[in-house]
Amino acid sequence: MATIQVDAKRHVEIGLGKKTDWAGAIFKISLIGSILFTLLILLVLLQQVATDGWSVLTTRFGDFVSGTLRSDPGEAGIKQGLQGTFWLAIITAGVAFPLGIGAAIYLEEYADRSSRVARFIDLNIRNLAGVPSVVYGILGLTIFVRALGPLTGGPTPLAAGLTLAALVLPIVIITSAEALRSTPQPLREAAIGVGATKWESIKDHILPYAAPGILTGTLLSLARAAGEAAPLLLVGAITGRLGGNYGLTDVSQVRERFTAMPIVITSWAKQPQQEFKVDNAAAAIVILILFVLLLNSVAILLRNRFERKRAG
Amino acid sequence: MTDRTKPTVEQKPSDIEVTTSSVLDVQDLSVFYGGFRAVRDVQLPIREHEITAMIGPSGCGKSTVLRCMNRMNDLIPSARVEGRVTFRGVDLYDPRVDAVEVRRRVGMVFQKPNPFPKSIYDNIVYGPKIAGVAKSEFDGIVENSLRKAALWDEVKDRLKDSALGLSGGQQQRLCIARAIATSPEVLLMDEPCSALDPIATGFIEDLMQEIKNEYTIVIVTHNMQQAARVSDTTAFFTAEVDSENDRRTGLLVEHDLTSTIFSHPSDQRTENYVTGRFG
Repeated sequence: MATIQVDAKRHVEIGLGKKTDWAGAIFKISLIGSILFTLLILLVLLQQVATDGWSVLTTRFGDFVSGTLRSDPGEAGIKQGLQGTFWLAIITAGVAFPLGIGAAIYLEEYADRSSRVARFIDLNIRNLAGVPSVVYGILGLTIFVRALGPLTGGPTPLAAGLTLAALVLPIVIITSAEALRSTPQPLREAAIGVGATKWESIKDHILPYAAPGILTGTLLSLARAAGEAAPLLLVGAITGRLGGNYGLTDVSQVRERFTAMPIVITSWAKQPQQEFKVDNAAAAIVILILFVLLLNSVAILLRNRFERKRAG
Repeated sequence: MTDRTKPTVEQKPSDIEVTTSSVLDVQDLSVFYGGFRAVRDVQLPIREHEITAMIGPSGCGKSTVLRCMNRMNDLIPSARVEGRVTFRGVDLYDPRVDAVEVRRRVGMVFQKPNPFPKSIYDNIVYGPKIAGVAKSEFDGIVENSLRKAALWDEVKDRLKDSALGLSGGQQQRLCIARAIATSPEVLLMDEPCSALDPIATGFIEDLMQEIKNEYTIVIVTHNMQQAARVSDTTAFFTAEVDSENDRRTGLLVEHDLTSTIFSHPSDQRTENYVTGRFG
């Protein structure tokens, strides 16, 4: 009995007794707290719009999605907004992705990274990524709507898409460059070592390896562009009623007047009627969120697909 | 036009003597990274169908010299080379020489196995494919290269499987097969066994003996026993430390028959290294 008693305290005697790490525990709890707080905000937001938009989404979902902008809140729909956002996304992606990925390939693979010019460009691209979106709106108004008006047709999806492309371009370049930079050196050496030219090693090995990262970054930036309202207001998106009724895939609409989901939402939210500023706006927000979630899911799916490919 | 086809060595008749028995010849080679000299004044003839081992402590420039032999150093923007590395009498750093073609003739196997994240088959045919070899020859090239790399029997039933599913030793043999597939004349091996266990290392060493009558092999190794086991001649490198900035410049101490280097080297530094009194 006595010997057991001694043994039981032996670990304390030789300094191996357990001590409570108070600082560590507090740190961990505060970390959990910050996650919970973030999630809470998101949940409250989602719950709010979902309940506000519930009646519209459940009673007249089809009409709401296919209906046009009208003054009667019970009949108004978001067809033109959805269609505008759809075309804006296509134009933005079509312009920003090739340009941005191309610029990133040049910066990472060809430019001498230690040169002053390259560092200057790099720094400025990072700064551009932080420029407020309204500033891009002014840029779009000056260049794409006015100066290039004869080409874009003025305040049109084309001009707005180009503006949003300029807005996301720095983000596309930065994320693509980071993905390219993470390509392992041994993979590059393997390609060059069997007699690949620089272009072949980029095309056959480096780009496929970096593809998941590039895709994720670019599609997320597109999702961000889809939610922008400020630059669209400046380049002349219409907040009221819109003439002309085009099919979803009718390309001619890219040179006509337009609106987009964030514009529809903000203009409805400013209306005096309860049905507009609460019910319809919330329903439109839910659909915009779904649109963005769809884009993000595509990004994740594509990334997984490419990562599986990368694993052989 | 005539100028282009004429090997540069013809301008210096005296060099022909030196290069006749050597496939590769390193002459007065110094390599700089930016303003810093990493290697100085290396003289190293590489004789055909022999295995030349390069040994020495870390940071003595063995890999740097090896990477000059097929212009892999071109990948490092700040690297600059002085002196000559000739391949069959032609200076590899002549501006008229195509570095891509050099790397097809002088293949390389790296320290860590680095197969492409593709199938075993695609790994091997990539080199021939970009070299413009006809697709109908691919099957033959794959089998031939894998047989030479002593990997055929292990993988012949799963050529379409990912190369990343192979063990480390198998991956390294695949990398050797991939290097062989472009039919190079010289194989450069940069510590090819340092990431492998002794059994896999034994496989690679046997393999080197099997293929040395077809290829000329230059191997960098940290393992002196390996150099003694596999090579015909051994080059011992060491590094001088600049006391002002603590930077190391590598140099070749001596190059001789492997048996001589390990039994009675002429330089005291070599003897200290091979007997384990230094390093």
